[in-house]
Amino acid sequence: MSSIGIVGYGAYVPRFRISVEEIARVWNQDAQTISNGLMVKEKSVPDKDEDTITLSVEAGRNALARAGIDPTEIGALYIGSESHPYAVKPSGTVVAEALGLPNRLMLADFEFACKAGTAAMQVCYGFVKGGVIDYGMAIGADTAQGRPGDALEYTAAAGAGAFIIGKDPVVTLDHTASFTSDTTDFWRREGQDYPRHGSRFTGEPAYFRHVVSSSEQLLNETGYKPADFAYVVLHMPNGKFPTVASKKLGFTPDQLKTGLTVTRMGNCYSGSSPVGLTAVLDIAQPGEKIFMTSYGSGAGSDSFIFTVTDKILAVRDKAKKTEQYLADKKNIDYATYARLRGKLKV
Amino acid sequence: MPQMSSVPIAWRLQQPRYRLIGTICTKCNTSYFPPRSLCQTCRDKGKIEKHKFPGTGKILTYTVIRIAPEGFAEFAPYAIAIIELEPGVTVAGQVVGDPEQVKTGRKVKTTFRRMYTDGKDGLLQYGMKWELLDQ
Repeated sequence: MSSIGIVGYGAYVPRFRISVEEIARVWNQDAQTISNGLMVKEKSVPDKDEDTITLSVEAGRNALARAGIDPTEIGALYIGSESHPYAVKPSGTVVAEALGLPNRLMLADFEFACKAGTAAMQVCYGFVKGGVIDYGMAIGADTAQGRPGDALEYTAAAGAGAFIIGKDPVVTLDHTASFTSDTTDFWRREGQDYPRHGSRFTGEPAYFRHVVSSSEQLLNETGYKPADFAYVVLHMPNGKFPTVASKKLGFTPDQLKTGLTVTRMGNCYSGSSPVGLTAVLDIAQPGEKIFMTSYGSGAGSDSFIFTVTDKILAVRDKAKKTEQYLADKKNIDYATYARLRGKLKV
Repeated sequence: MPQMSSVPIAWRLQQPRYRLIGTICTKCNTSYFPPRSLCQTCRDKGKIEKHKFPGTGKILTYTVIRIAPEGFAEFAPYAIAIIELEPGVTVAGQVVGDPEQVKTGRKVKTTFRRMYTDGKDGLLQYGMKWELLDQ
């Protein structure tokens, strides 16, 4: 049986940035302490007319450009997000029409806090492996909301990562497994504008238990060791959590740094580890292995082992790279940010 | 604005708005945007087919809207440009970003954005806007 994996990938990061320093200035906090603690310098902010649907279309277009396939060959589209613009009406229907996907299409919107995008990858992988479809598109995208003055406001950002899963890939998806439990560390009730969280509880019993357990589970099941990988990508609620978790797992800072996109764009929730993975795929060399673990509050983690093939060299320049999105930015002040994010109620 | 809120009209306009799909008369090779179902030259002897325009164009002229109509105030000030898709075929659209950077002759490419938000419980309408390409 031929291998299965990523045949095309793409990222999208909005152009606006607000610095941690600017947010701290408004709330009279010590910017240096917060920035150092979170290991985040600035976060991305979507424009007034950008949302999970528009971010998904842009990332999806980049993935299609790299895959070089006819969009009508795609048999499934799953978008993971916790900021779907409609409460009832799938984001995926608009995205599919905009990307020119066929009507013979399996489609649903996924929600699992910050890991719904990687759950979408697993579902596409399963359908391709089972021979149900030739190609499936999985997207993780969010325009995350943080309550003004809350700790989350320093990191809640926007971005998207899209992957087309199929046979004859540029990056093989060798193994995947998940770890799930009922751990309520972060939630948003129906109709509420902003999520709530369990402060320090989001650390040890939530993020660290799930990310470390899921990662160790897959490493143990496959027999791989951290040293076998050139890169590791972990979900990035901030820079500190994945740094601590990767060290705990036995990965080095060098393995983590390429995919640690959070320091320059914040946490784009369902798009977080997907965007980190796109940054790695933009530079990884044939033969190198990549380890990835996402995290979604509630809680669960999905772990993946990928191997880069030599085909990646022919596709990575066919779309805008993640580094280009990170470098192409315009910084804004808090007043502009508040207007763009609808934080001013008039 | 009944047209903005019309569910059937939004549905009918999806292909041109989402993907720049117009039409072409394969007999005389004339393309149309917005799509036409009858060729202006060949009339009933023409053969009309769907035609997807590439997502790039050139600004022929533009204006900056500072006092926006109802429903668009959140974007002001913004540039509306007449964009040439190919010789003889133009489309009007919003150019995202700083309107001061918009100039006649600049190249643009499509960017998928939310065009219009119909109140708190109405439709969200999406489509192509334009962004400036590097000079």
